[in-house]
Amino acid sequence: MATAVAEQTAVPEVQAFTVTLIIRRFLPEVDEEARWESFDVEVYSTDRILDALHRIKWDQDGSLSFRRSCAHGICGSDAMRINGRNRLACKTLIKDLDISQPIYVEAIKGLPLEKDLIVDMEPFFAAYREVKPFLIANSEPEAGKERRQTIEDRERFDDTTKCILCAACTTSCPVFWTDGQYFGPAAIVNAHRFIFDSRDDAGDVRLDILNDKEGVWRCRTTFNCTDACPRGIQVTQAIADVKQAVLRGRA
Amino acid sequence: MSTVETPRSPYARTKPSGTNWEKWGWMYMRASGVVLVVLIFGHLFVNMVAGEGVRGIDFAFVAGKWASPFWQVWDLLMLWLALIHGANGMRTIINDYSSSPALGKVLRFAVFASAAVLIVLGTLVIFTFDPCPSVSPEQFDLLPSFCPPQ
Repeated sequence: MATAVAEQTAVPEVQAFTVTLIIRRFLPEVDEEARWESFDVEVYSTDRILDALHRIKWDQDGSLSFRRSCAHGICGSDAMRINGRNRLACKTLIKDLDISQPIYVEAIKGLPLEKDLIVDMEPFFAAYREVKPFLIANSEPEAGKERRQTIEDRERFDDTTKCILCAACTTSCPVFWTDGQYFGPAAIVNAHRFIFDSRDDAGDVRLDILNDKEGVWRCRTTFNCTDACPRGIQVTQAIADVKQAVLRGRA
Repeated sequence: MSTVETPRSPYARTKPSGTNWEKWGWMYMRASGVVLVVLIFGHLFVNMVAGEGVRGIDFAFVAGKWASPFWQVWDLLMLWLALIHGANGMRTIINDYSSSPALGKVLRFAVFASAAVLIVLGTLVIFTFDPCPSVSPEQFDLLPSFCPPQ
């Protein structure tokens, strides 16, 4: 017990430092155009961008608006563009950024801006719904049993089950930025999750949906999506898998 | 820091009309790309490196190459594959960057029209090229020196 207390006191004090956040503000009641606003915040090396945003909202300017729910990297509501890269605010430690420079924070791009860091996610979810992201099985499982699957069959789509629909990938995609017509990486990732699921029987339907002028062929493999994914999903690889499946005509 | 503006067009997925060529376009780009690597580097090697190298290129060199059906087919393949490959690449760039559908349509038409003109002209030249056409005697000195006297 005594040693435990001694160890606890040995922990060095967490350093506090001041960073400048430059946030792209847009208040639809006041602003014609979005504008950049600068805030100085005192933060700890253990703090994340989300903590800095909280400090601003709670202590400096209550009008600052952003989405966050779980604040622990799983609900997918606080994707934003941090220093030009799509990141989850709750998973980005401030000390990992270059704190000698101001940190730029803005809403994700390519979706209609509603207020400050909040965008209209509806187009994103509309594309998601179009790929039928749910199990479509024609067979009945054995009475009282689940549908069985081998470890190898489960492995095929394991990576794409990790998606939390934060839209970081889709809104980092330069093809999606152009006109918002492209299905986008997230919709394709979620189609991939069912196309390659041995228990699902509608893979051909989804392949047909994605073999579209705005489907997988618009992917230019810039890898922005893979770089942006806070869950580490190999998004570009998943899109390539779907392309190959379309060429083969089956999953 | 670059700022990408939110697209102004309202989101509505317009059902694309006509045949969907995207899959075939995607496959064509890869297949023609592989063939073009061989054709173009072969072309560069034969013209620039082999034999006398770049100094060997003159009217007679080109005339000599096109006298052979092998090089006629080689150049014909290079012409067709490269122009369609390039035009299709331009089409994807236009699709990605043109701000309005009407402008995109005009640009796509311009790209494919110019590619078609170049393909027709090139094909015509490859198959009708005659270094020593029959001319009237006073124009004979316009012909290259290797032509037999008429």
